[in-house]
Amino acid sequence: MGRYIFRRIGQGLIVIFGVVSVVFVVTRIVGDPAKVMLPLTATDAQRAAFDHQLGLDKPLFVQYGDFWNGIFHGNFGESYVRKQSALHVALTYLPATLELVFVGMAFAGLLAVTIGVLAALRPGRLLDRAVTFFSLIGLSLPQFWLGLLLIILFGVKLGWFPVSGRQGASAIVLPAIALAAPTVGRTAMVVRSSMIDELNKQYVLTAEAKGLGAWRRIGVHTLRNALAPAVTLFGWDVVRALAGFDVVVEVVFGWTGIGHLAYDSILGQDFTQLQAIVILVAIIVVVINIAMDFIYKLIDPRVKVGA
Amino acid sequence: MAGAVLVQDQAAPGTGQKRRSVLRVLGSGLRELWGDKAGFFGLLIVAMFVFVALFAPMLTPHNPSAQVLADRLTPPVWEHGGSMSHILGTDQLGRDILSRVIYGSRLSLLVGVSVVVIAGAVGTTVGLVSGYFGGRVDGLIMRVVDTQGAFPGLLLALLILAAVGPSVRTVILVLCLDGWLMYARVARGTVLSLRQTAYVEAAEIIGCRPRRVMFRHVAPNLTSPVLTVAVLEFARIILAEAVLSFLGLGVQPPQMSWGLEIAEGQDFVYSAWWLVTFPGIAIAVTVLGVNMFASWLRVAADPQEREKRFAASAGTFGGGI
Repeated sequence: MGRYIFRRIGQGLIVIFGVVSVVFVVTRIVGDPAKVMLPLTATDAQRAAFDHQLGLDKPLFVQYGDFWNGIFHGNFGESYVRKQSALHVALTYLPATLELVFVGMAFAGLLAVTIGVLAALRPGRLLDRAVTFFSLIGLSLPQFWLGLLLIILFGVKLGWFPVSGRQGASAIVLPAIALAAPTVGRTAMVVRSSMIDELNKQYVLTAEAKGLGAWRRIGVHTLRNALAPAVTLFGWDVVRALAGFDVVVEVVFGWTGIGHLAYDSILGQDFTQLQAIVILVAIIVVVINIAMDFIYKLIDPRVKVGA
Repeated sequence: MAGAVLVQDQAAPGTGQKRRSVLRVLGSGLRELWGDKAGFFGLLIVAMFVFVALFAPMLTPHNPSAQVLADRLTPPVWEHGGSMSHILGTDQLGRDILSRVIYGSRLSLLVGVSVVVIAGAVGTTVGLVSGYFGGRVDGLIMRVVDTQGAFPGLLLALLILAAVGPSVRTVILVLCLDGWLMYARVARGTVLSLRQTAYVEAAEIIGCRPRRVMFRHVAPNLTSPVLTVAVLEFARIILAEAVLSFLGLGVQPPQMSWGLEIAEGQDFVYSAWWLVTFPGIAIAVTVLGVNMFASWLRVAADPQEREKRFAASAGTFGGGI
């Protein structure tokens, strides 16, 4: 177990190393900050001075070393636009995103398990077909478009929820739904199918024969086994939401989280800010991935950690 | 599409045994597909999407770029103030929405097919090599796949697009960078189990070179799992392209893309709902069609799942998708 944790953290470090390297290559070699930051009329001397100021005139491998050195000291560079530590700016925007992802995904998980189980209880019936159909719809709708529809319907026409921003507790409802929709669809389908498999196993019959009530049979025995594949998939979706897909939702709803910040940084060509966000998110994703392995183990003791 | 294949089947009797058997397999596949109405309907939507994209210039009522400022923001025909000449209304520059939606399908098809073909070819080959040779090569390749799989994909895509500059080619490239992993995983997994089969062993014993064993004996068996992944990926990529274009990092105007249409109509959600609604419906219906077809294909291509389905239709429990 100890060795496994050690190896898992090692793998996580490799991922972070990879992301940092890709970010470095993309921003230093492919993009040219001087071209972006300076006006078109800037002279060559001005460009050179700008490069010198940012250390861009040094050889690439020295820059790469400096880049890592900065990261180890918690220094992700300074946002061109905000003139503040990029890491600090990213961290101030992070809680809003975590809030949205947490609420959206908790909602998605609860709803998906509920409808997935209900559908599995009587496969082929109307309820099952409805759940299957709406699950497919959920994962086929573009999130940003669903968001706009929710805004038109519940924000503009009915006026039930605010159309944009983070004022008040009800502001989170619409963005959370838009973020959750594809996850509900994907997870519900997996819960349904593994629940059907599980309900057809012998031990369920045994449990019924010895007089165990339906609640205990389904809620405790079967559900626990059926959830294992769903948890993996659900975890991927949480990661997916954090690793980019909440950008669109945040942009549509004016939710000022880290995804919105990423979008603003792209529009403002603020590469230091963007690279700080990408690296920060990569670290969070690695941590979540490791945590998920252990949750998986808790739910399904048959999984051998380290195997 | 179903009709076309069947007619061909009858019209081409003497064209060689192999071709006929391929057609027979297609025919029986379509018959089976007909049994699953959702899957059949999905394939119908996909066929329509491809047809519309290929023949867009002949189907559009107006030039999609023609601006008629006097007619701008005309609502759809059934709303008050709508007109028959613009069935789905016009946008803020008086361009016909129906024509723009029809043209938008071309880009989705182009990006979807390019990415599926490129990423699919690369990923499948990598997975095949990795699974076939095993050992250190396999360990290294799978380490790369796992590492990249843990990257924040869409955020990195945004970063690359912002640095390189958005264009159709960059969009395809960025989506390929992210898309090959799935094929590699699936191909490798299948190859690992195929390596244990007697006929692969036999081929090796009679002295076939690794390349021949891989491509002649192992690769054909990858068709159905890889095809299933490809169809699912196609849906994912249409959505991803729409997201990138919506954020302004994909296709640039004057080129047309559904995601871009929605982005441009976003400023008018309060007054003109039809600007964002119709391109969105186009994305949703296309992706839904692909997904419905994929969920049939996933079951049909997997012997274990097939068994479950036929057991189901025999009466243990009802069908469903």
